[in-house]
Amino acid sequence: MDSFFVITSLLKIVGILFIVILPMVSYAVYAERKVSAAIQDRLGPNRVGPAGLLQPIADMFKLLLKEDFTPRAANTFYYWLAPCLAVMPAIITIAVVPFGSTLFGVPMVIADVNVGILFVFAIASLGVYGIVIGGWASNSKYPFLGGIRSSAQMLSYELSLGLAVIPVFLLVGNLRLTSVVRYQIEHGWFIAPFIGDWTNPWKWLLAIPMIVSFLVFTIAIFAETNRLPFDLPEAEQELAGGYNTEYSSMKFSLYFLGEYAAMITGSAVIVTLFFGGWHFPAIPDGSHGWIFGLINIAVFFAKVAIIIFFFMWVRWTLPRFRYDQLMRLGWLFFFEIALVNIFIVAAILPFIQS
Amino acid sequence: MTITVPRPKLNWRERLYLPAIVAGLAITFKHFKNLLLGRTKVTMQYPEQKWDTNLPDYYRGAPALVRDEDGRVRCVACQLCEFICPPRAIKIIPGEIPSEDRFAKVEKYPEAFDIDMIRCIFCGMCEEVCPEQAIFLRKDYAITGYTRADMVHHKEKLLEIGGVMHGVVLKWNKKK
Repeated sequence: MDSFFVITSLLKIVGILFIVILPMVSYAVYAERKVSAAIQDRLGPNRVGPAGLLQPIADMFKLLLKEDFTPRAANTFYYWLAPCLAVMPAIITIAVVPFGSTLFGVPMVIADVNVGILFVFAIASLGVYGIVIGGWASNSKYPFLGGIRSSAQMLSYELSLGLAVIPVFLLVGNLRLTSVVRYQIEHGWFIAPFIGDWTNPWKWLLAIPMIVSFLVFTIAIFAETNRLPFDLPEAEQELAGGYNTEYSSMKFSLYFLGEYAAMITGSAVIVTLFFGGWHFPAIPDGSHGWIFGLINIAVFFAKVAIIIFFFMWVRWTLPRFRYDQLMRLGWLFFFEIALVNIFIVAAILPFIQS
Repeated sequence: MTITVPRPKLNWRERLYLPAIVAGLAITFKHFKNLLLGRTKVTMQYPEQKWDTNLPDYYRGAPALVRDEDGRVRCVACQLCEFICPPRAIKIIPGEIPSEDRFAKVEKYPEAFDIDMIRCIFCGMCEEVCPEQAIFLRKDYAITGYTRADMVHHKEKLLEIGGVMHGVVLKWNKKK
């Protein structure tokens, strides 16, 4: 094995995971509190550190020092395993997302597999296990119900998740995420495919199924990460239980941070597929100099931050869905729309490629 | 009475829900923008800004014992407030005023008067029931301490919070 590859991969893993993603998760909690406060006409945390920026550190100390108990009736092995299973898919999926172009010749993606998006979907499906095992191993009514509901919701929206982005890959030709970004650089971002080719009427027609695909995919990501308006498994905490009732201290914080990590990963995938990844018009990629490589990374994370703000914005705007409305939407409405969307793009495809 | 609730049929734009969602997003974004631009002035930063000047006259804060203009402690240790206090926060040990004293006519005074502020619920019943106008509820609300013993207000502390009250009925003074 080429030692240069091993060393750069290790650097990328440590750099992206420990220096970017995990702090980003903690500060996503801070950002959620500040954004939700701003929408509700109040200030968020502003006492700990300047403008409350050290609040996640204080929260971390609080959560670490809480009493960590295991209920006697719980199945101990699975009870301890479940929070780890909840966090793991979110963090693994970030390995295939290209967060930059190249930096000193090293491509800024940890694993550029040629089945990129299949990897994302496969690992996202593993996210159901964390919740189901957590709910079942707690050996109590309310976590059980919360876990079952959440797993049913996540399963039904995984269908729409997969089908919604097939149009994108029909256009690109292969499943590699770096190819998706390259295609968007040449042909305009998928959210607005007419940019750069204003006179082509087929590109304008393509925008409609692309926007539908974007909406269905984003809504399915909301449902996959259990965010409002689909957060019935979490909302049960306000009503009764939810799958993390019996969890305390670090295990609870793993569930909680795992949800924010899944939100960040979902935003990263949305940015890569629809908003052009690390590309910004008129900024060349990293092969022209390391400064451009750094700017590309910064542009990617800025776009991810905007999508995360959108997630939080929607959370504090919409009321949550009732469970039967949620399942009806997932199986009847979004599934059919995603299927019809594939046919429409397949029909437009020969005219685009000519 | 049965009332038929009208359920209007939605037109295609309303059934899509997206225009309504976008309108909702616009409203919340307006609130967000107003806070960032500093136009929302709802939150009071507590220790720096307090609302003490706006407290109404009948605000119930911590209880305090008062003296009258002659310097006499008005409490005669009748123990009515101790009897009526719902959480039993007041403890009184009555004592006898010696017959050489200027106020020997009163005959009783409180030797010890403790109010446990952890138990006090600021209900004001002691002020209501006192026949001597001796105990009043003041306007301070932030009572703190490091130990439970610190939070018991003894007689000196109560007299210090209370001070001198003017305009009370002087029923133990000599009649003309």
